[in-house]
Amino acid sequence: MKILVPVKRVVDYNVKVRVKPDASDVDLANVKMSMNPFDEIAVEEAVRLKEAGIATEVVAVSAGVANCQETLRTAMAIGADRGILIQTDVELQPLAVAKLLQAVCAKEQPQLVLCGKQAIDDDANQTGQMLAGLMGWPQATFASKLVVAGQQATVTREIDGGLETIEVVLPAVVSTDLRLNEPRYATLPNIMKAKRKPLETTTPAALGVDVAPRLKTLKAAEPPKRTAGIKVADAADLVLKLKTEAKVI
Amino acid sequence: MAILVIAEHDDSSIKAATLNAVTAATKLGGEVHLLVAGSNCAAAAAAAARISGVGKVLLADAPHYADQSPENVAALLVSIAGAYSHLLAAATTRGKNCMPRVAALLDVAQISEISGVESADTFVRPIYAGNVVATVQSADPVKVITVRATAFEAAGEGGSAAIESLPAGPDLGLSRLLGRELTKSERPELTAAKVIVSGGRGMANGENFHRLLEPLADKLGAALGASRAAVDAGFVPNDYQVGQTGKIVAPQLYIAVGISGAIQHLAGMKDSKIIVAINKDAEAPIFQVADYGLVADLFEVLPALQAELG
Repeated sequence: MKILVPVKRVVDYNVKVRVKPDASDVDLANVKMSMNPFDEIAVEEAVRLKEAGIATEVVAVSAGVANCQETLRTAMAIGADRGILIQTDVELQPLAVAKLLQAVCAKEQPQLVLCGKQAIDDDANQTGQMLAGLMGWPQATFASKLVVAGQQATVTREIDGGLETIEVVLPAVVSTDLRLNEPRYATLPNIMKAKRKPLETTTPAALGVDVAPRLKTLKAAEPPKRTAGIKVADAADLVLKLKTEAKVI
Repeated sequence: MAILVIAEHDDSSIKAATLNAVTAATKLGGEVHLLVAGSNCAAAAAAAARISGVGKVLLADAPHYADQSPENVAALLVSIAGAYSHLLAAATTRGKNCMPRVAALLDVAQISEISGVESADTFVRPIYAGNVVATVQSADPVKVITVRATAFEAAGEGGSAAIESLPAGPDLGLSRLLGRELTKSERPELTAAKVIVSGGRGMANGENFHRLLEPLADKLGAALGASRAAVDAGFVPNDYQVGQTGKIVAPQLYIAVGISGAIQHLAGMKDSKIIVAINKDAEAPIFQVADYGLVADLFEVLPALQAELG
């Protein structure tokens, strides 16, 4: 079974982003970039399925600027077998990425696409569901447990009220939630090894996909800042202030 | 053209977040219809008809909507989307699961978790864990949207919309629900609570949540929440998590106990009216957003707070 894992290059989760002075967009100049944390969980899960003898090949795919190669190398250092870069400088929105992945799926014929549930930059939480829709495949989003057996996957999903377990027929799209696994740290030998793994580069045009953005960002702004309030002395002081000053209890 | 809101329901009642999505829909300028897709869900449709601002309820009642799987519900939505300018759902796990699939099948963008409506085609939404607010414009013929519930008032009662039955869409048979393990609680739902008491890694274990935080929550009629660290450590179930990728809350009072205040957590609660932070580390980032900070050992403060509240 072949698993396809889409990985996105995003602002590192420790970075607090700022907007550009002209309020047109977020300022990403000289900001540390990393693999989207949810995608790292997806790579880890795919590699574990390979180590368990269930998957035969793990293919990482990334779309975006040339530097997305680094993200693919990170995926290969965790254990992906090869990488595909769909290179473009155009701003990619979820629908465009889903269409690119659809084209890659048509070529690669994976049985499972394992992706992060959401990227921590645009917080969209869309691409996996869109890909499943375009392929006519089932989707199991927000997975906290995944069991693949034969032509089926049993997935435990994190939902608002607790957990839900569903069974989907393969091929399918599974998106990862935080508690699916804890990704390993890539070891130095594996980082070196990843540099020699195959990385194929293609383009949206070569895949026949129109990636023109559908949404236009008119403005990016920082939300009104909350300011720190006061320190209270003890529990009695706190209760008094909540009752008489804030009037919330 | 009319606007369609997809109701979230349990076949007998409508979930609170749908009421906020209805309010967002009323800002778009058009008659608001509500879709109730389920199995034996006439009671939910009747409840939907009473929501103020709803012009018509569409009822799709069929056995293959019992699980409300995104595959079947999306197929149904696509079949009726032609009559609508906007399709909206609350940004709950169910809405987030279904709406992108609908958008892709309609070949349009999806607009996630809007927190404001500027006009019929321009929306405000938080990105980067709420550190940036983007204003986006859509040129697509139909706008597929999820709505951040805390950013809109809940629609009231008092409507009397007509209920129209829809023919069921196809049963794609792509997935099957095996079971749900829902957290049972007498406390208010996290996203609808007026007061939330939330615990973090500082609580040290699940027993302390039970022994120290639960009684405080009960005294205040509060819901219980948690930081990611507390959920990851197994102190409490996943659905307690407040934050960028958990639940977004905006209660009147949010009490953060033993929570340091990572930006991912702040993203989920910084719109609360009053924030209280209790933490023994005076440098914890949570104090930068707290209206009232108490630098102290939570194991001493929590019993004292309980005593003060009588």
